Amino acid sequence: MSTLSIPRCAPRRVLPGFKLTLGYTLFYLSVIVLIPLSALVFKTFTLTWDQFVLAVSSPRVMASYRLTFGASLIAATVNAVFGLLVAWVLVRYTFPGKKIIDALVDLPFALPTAVAGISLTALLASNGWVGSLLEPYGVQLAFNRNGVVIALIFIGLPFVVRTVQPVLEDAEKELEEAATCLGATRLQTFWHVIFPTIAPALLTGFAMAFARAIGEYGSVIFIAGNMPMVSEITPLIIIGKLEQYDYAGATAVAVVLLVISFALLLVINALQAWQRRRNGAQS
Amino acid sequence: MSTPLNHDPKAPVSAPTANTVPAKPAPRRPRKNTTTTEPLWVKWTLLTIALGFIFLFLVLPLAAVFTEALRKGGGAAFEALKEPDAWSAIRLTLITAAIAVPLNLVFGIAAAWCIAKYEFRGKAFLTTLVDLPFSVSPVVAGLVYVLMFGAQGWIGPWLQEHDIKIVFAIPGIVLATIFVTFPFIARELIPLMQAQGTEEEQAAIVLGATGWQTFWHVTLPNIKWGLVYGVILCNARAMGEFGAVSVVSGHIRGQTNTVPLHVEILYNEYQSVAAFAVASLLALLALVTLVIKQVVEWRFERDQKAAAALPPERPLAPTLPVAAAQA
Repeated sequence: MSTLSIPRCAPRRVLPGFKLTLGYTLFYLSVIVLIPLSALVFKTFTLTWDQFVLAVSSPRVMASYRLTFGASLIAATVNAVFGLLVAWVLVRYTFPGKKIIDALVDLPFALPTAVAGISLTALLASNGWVGSLLEPYGVQLAFNRNGVVIALIFIGLPFVVRTVQPVLEDAEKELEEAATCLGATRLQTFWHVIFPTIAPALLTGFAMAFARAIGEYGSVIFIAGNMPMVSEITPLIIIGKLEQYDYAGATAVAVVLLVISFALLLVINALQAWQRRRNGAQS
Repeated sequence: MSTPLNHDPKAPVSAPTANTVPAKPAPRRPRKNTTTTEPLWVKWTLLTIALGFIFLFLVLPLAAVFTEALRKGGGAAFEALKEPDAWSAIRLTLITAAIAVPLNLVFGIAAAWCIAKYEFRGKAFLTTLVDLPFSVSPVVAGLVYVLMFGAQGWIGPWLQEHDIKIVFAIPGIVLATIFVTFPFIARELIPLMQAQGTEEEQAAIVLGATGWQTFWHVTLPNIKWGLVYGVILCNARAMGEFGAVSVVSGHIRGQTNTVPLHVEILYNEYQSVAAFAVASLLALLALVTLVIKQVVEWRFERDQKAAAALPPERPLAPTLPVAAAQA
């Protein structure tokens, strides 16, 4: 970091292998990621602008955007609230089975999405453990939009916990003690001392969960019911177009998703830089 | 107000009493920081809500997989696993992971070496590009390979002439899996190697080690836990990937079906018990992954603590001048 201003000169690089590793990294990155992604962009150029607009803004596609973004937003918000709570409980309290719970938080990362999908569906269907309890009250969670939100909550659960947890662990207790000595209530201490410290991490986790939710496919399709205009997510639109051999249309919608995930990636990077600055300034 | 300036000696723990009687522990409460904990009822409410959330969203779905698989007894579940289609799906998944994980491992080490050990222009941008596959939807990841190698794709016609099948065949499945698991190992290694700096490697080089010797004997032991961690996460995703593989596979039973795709087919054919039986294999894989991950974290922490408790050369420095002054 501090060598940033020093002009680069060959003898400073004592370690060998820079050219080899950088070259291989760029080669592999290009072959696996960059060239295939550029195929996507070039394919869209085979469409005229009007065709492109038509493909990405037909009523059925617009309905899928509304569902995908709305459900992802709700799911990421739920994850932000409960993820913060779970992180807090894991860092601040001791209780039996804590280590198991802590390990279990990563389950959505490790469990294949198709398995999560069919298992959540089995739970929430009208003959499932949870679904049968809710059915007498007229609450239906599977095969509609509710199911989409629940699957997305499951998928994004670890992100907020895992970004907030280390920051909470490192938070200085002295600051809280000082706040209490100065007469703050516990709630005031939380809002004015603890929350500003973890806010960047919380936002980063939120953005990651949101980004993951937008692209999610495997867990959602089993539970959504997949009715056009009602519970059809955007990735499923792409699959549907592909199955009808509408490659150009599928590509156009995919480009929209790709641009959005690019934008979210930049937002997440900026948030992480903010977090590093803030935590660096405190210590 | 009840500030710590209280002169009542029976007051709960406060700094002054602890200072005046250092040998005796505080009278009643062994708790250290009563000022920075919540009231008991708040604590219990938060704990209940958090654990309830975990139970509903994590424990129940996991339990449902196994109970649904055993709904008609262990025999029925076992039958589903003995089917030839299930076996060929398992074989294909193992082959895919066996190709994708080592390739991404080599890439991960190369990328981490050049990003963590050197300063160069565009480094931040390169790091972002390495992360890119994480934020691309799996469906889009599959689609890009169809556009490249499909019949109407860039090199599709050439491939057809030479009778090479990539999409809707095994190579496509492997490529899509490599794409979605691309950043896992690099992601773990980059921050770890950055934190460790380059002093140890430089010392090895100065002492005459070759680049490979330095890597094997200096860098590798330092990053081994991060490496294992990245590999198991990469493997879990490689074996469980559904969206990207589903786009490129073509769903040919017994040929281009991975385990997650096999689960989907069984489920859509209303063979619920069979679907969950095969799914419970994947759930077991997830559990094994979590256990290994936890063990690796403990070992890593223990190594870190051991390294902190045994500072190699620094403590010698202050003692030397003292000894010199006495002499």
